[in-house]
Amino acid sequence: MMSEAILSALPDRPATKPRPRLPPGLRRLVSPVVILLLWQAASDLGLISSRLVAPPSAIARSFVELVASGELQHNLLVSLARVGAGLGIAVVAGTALALVAGLSRRGEEIVDAPLQMVRTMPHLALVPLFILWFGIGETPKIALVALGSAFPIYLNLFAGIRGVDPRLVEAATVLGLSRGELIRHVILPGALPSALVGLRYALGVAWLSLVVGEQINATAGIGFMMMDAREFLRTDIIIVGLLVYAVLGLAADQLVRWVERRALSWRPVLLRGTA
Amino acid sequence: MICCDGLVDHALLLDAGTGADAMNAVTPAIARQHAAGVRIRGLTRRFGGPAVLDRLDLDIRPGEFLALLGRSGSGKTTLLRTLAGLDPVEQGEVAAPARRAVVFQDPRLLPWKRVLRNVTLGLRGADPKGRALAALAEVGLAHRTDAWPLTLSGGEAQRAGLARALVREPELLLLDEPFAALDALTRLRMQAMVADLWQRHRCTVLLVTHDVDEAVLLADRAVVLEAGRIATEVAIPLERPRRHAGAEFAALRARLLNALGVEEDGHALAA
Repeated sequence: MMSEAILSALPDRPATKPRPRLPPGLRRLVSPVVILLLWQAASDLGLISSRLVAPPSAIARSFVELVASGELQHNLLVSLARVGAGLGIAVVAGTALALVAGLSRRGEEIVDAPLQMVRTMPHLALVPLFILWFGIGETPKIALVALGSAFPIYLNLFAGIRGVDPRLVEAATVLGLSRGELIRHVILPGALPSALVGLRYALGVAWLSLVVGEQINATAGIGFMMMDAREFLRTDIIIVGLLVYAVLGLAADQLVRWVERRALSWRPVLLRGTA
Repeated sequence: MICCDGLVDHALLLDAGTGADAMNAVTPAIARQHAAGVRIRGLTRRFGGPAVLDRLDLDIRPGEFLALLGRSGSGKTTLLRTLAGLDPVEQGEVAAPARRAVVFQDPRLLPWKRVLRNVTLGLRGADPKGRALAALAEVGLAHRTDAWPLTLSGGEAQRAGLARALVREPELLLLDEPFAALDALTRLRMQAMVADLWQRHRCTVLLVTHDVDEAVLLADRAVVLEAGRIATEVAIPLERPRRHAGAEFAALRARLLNALGVEEDGHALAA
């Protein structure tokens, strides 16, 4: 709103006759389309070597080919399975550890200190060690995803549990809730918003770990497809892989947002949105 | 376990055991009493400084409506929290009925549960839903049972809190400045509702309040707390239903204000 006001206040619009206008949704597409056209033109004129970056037309063509041959779907499924398995392990482990540390002081003393120490290590630096431990099969790739994404889940859920309004805990105690009921009805729902933020972070880390993991001795997966393409200087396929990663990350984020909207429908912001 | 104004350290509360555990940790000191009154002898409580409650003796008869007045820091809330089982009895004796319910100044409804689920939360026995619906109807919230708490007005939220307390059929109802945060008109309506509900349920009530008019309007007896001890005790033998008027009302009001160190025209008395 503010920027609109500022823009219309600027004296850069001479009072000319009204031009035909595009709807706002389409107007936002104008500059990306122009960039794509310039990119294509530069490639056609030989200004950009296809060994460095393939032209958009070639990228589109190889995307269609990869889909037609089933190669993309196959690699996508392999990658999704790795992220799914790693994330599944991370959610279970991160949640369990956060519950232990969040719900009791002794649990915090035992669990939190070592986790905070391990957390400061960039987990991608563990790749050499993981190869020695787990070989070069699926295990090190899944382990890398699991390790990286367990921390955001643990940290956010732990903070969420400790951040539950103590006045609500008190009220529930007066109502005679058992410890189990208190955790189920008060602590966990109260911690859910932070837990979902943690899940979104975890998804981001999971894709990142997957990219790195799939570049070590993989025989399938989007990362493998890209590494394989590098051997043959197929920049078009590499860019298809990048786009797939981007779309996957976006889709995963949308999925968690959708879950948030459903699970946190009691929040006033969301209530106003639906009203 | 307690920070400055009686907020419980969350993590420690979780450790010390919550729900049933915490109640067990606290209640042994509060003897269960069969008659539904309250008996307090020599209750002392300090948070590392001067005593907040200082050898306090207090009886509340079964079915009596007692108003507890006092300036900030006089120990009113600490006394209520002790009776609620939220603060431990470290020194002295407290006997109170086992079935207690609290209405706090802030409604403390769980925002992620609809009004009805907030009322049935932790409710034992047959047909919790039916009883909760009846309690909500009693406080005039039958039309809001499906609402999210954060969409309620202040008065509605406080009525839901009242329904949540009443549905447990408490022998002792503890009201911690329940109307202090409401606007003047809503407060008057809520006071009338509480007077009415008490006439029907006849539970013992302890009302902590800053509002002298509220005490005279609702209570059988008002007690003014000062530095952890009872400074003044005033019986309020007015007939019910009461109105904010009349010479007797004004006289009682003046006595209580006087006990709180405020003259009728609002000036503080010279110390």
